[in-house]
Amino acid sequence: MSTTRSTATETTEPLVLYRLQACPFCERVVRRLHELDIDYESRFVEARHSERDAVKRACGKRTVPAISDPNTGVTMAESANIVEYLDGTYGEHA
Amino acid sequence: MVEFDVVELDATDHPAAGDQAPDFTRPLVDGELWTDMSLSTLLEDGPLVLLFHPMDGAFPATYAWNEIRERGWTDEIAVVGLSISTPYAHKRLIQEREVDARLFSDPGNGVAEKYDIVNDLDGMAGVSEPRPAAFVVDGDGTIQYAWIAEEWPSFPDYDAIEAAIDEL
Repeated sequence: MSTTRSTATETTEPLVLYRLQACPFCERVVRRLHELDIDYESRFVEARHSERDAVKRACGKRTVPAISDPNTGVTMAESANIVEYLDGTYGEHA
Repeated sequence: MVEFDVVELDATDHPAAGDQAPDFTRPLVDGELWTDMSLSTLLEDGPLVLLFHPMDGAFPATYAWNEIRERGWTDEIAVVGLSISTPYAHKRLIQEREVDARLFSDPGNGVAEKYDIVNDLDGMAGVSEPRPAAFVVDGDGTIQYAWIAEEWPSFPDYDAIEAAIDEL
């Protein structure tokens, strides 16, 4: 299993993280991305939901944090779900 | 033209036509969001105009984007701006002035330092921004036309920039 995973991570494209500056839920996801040493690209949006069509187009909802993982095709919102997904996909036991 | 006092700026060792445009990475803002972007990545899509302008809200910034919109440059070529304004201010400018371009945000003015076009602002202690400047850069990253303000205030020669775009 671990061999398969290391091959996959070598070709990993950066995850896209939609985030709001200083949002604690976003920081929680950022912390986990760092802990798991996952390459990611930040796209910052603003607080007003009406200004977040880009997030909706990419991830289906206007809430942040949201991620789009080009390696798996997964898009998802809500920090708890995201952290769980990251652990399951890129964590030690993935 | 009304006469007004201008300050001559010292000569600097800024990039000129024929030079490679120094690369840099800064947050690049569009009407919706911002993300770190390098000039070299933008150049992968072809030539562009890089416009350094005074901070958003100053009238020369407003003038520049109104002029560019009226001249329809963005139908022909990618135009990217750069000022020391925050990404938040850039988003406002893009939305309010219907700017059809993306704007680099460089509050630390490091890109102007790299290009040697720093303009220390009189009367705003501790604040510097780029001198007004315009670079027409081809797809290889070579500067085909460069204009850097030699006095303050001053405004780009839009006809000359347009001629350089046409010659690409």
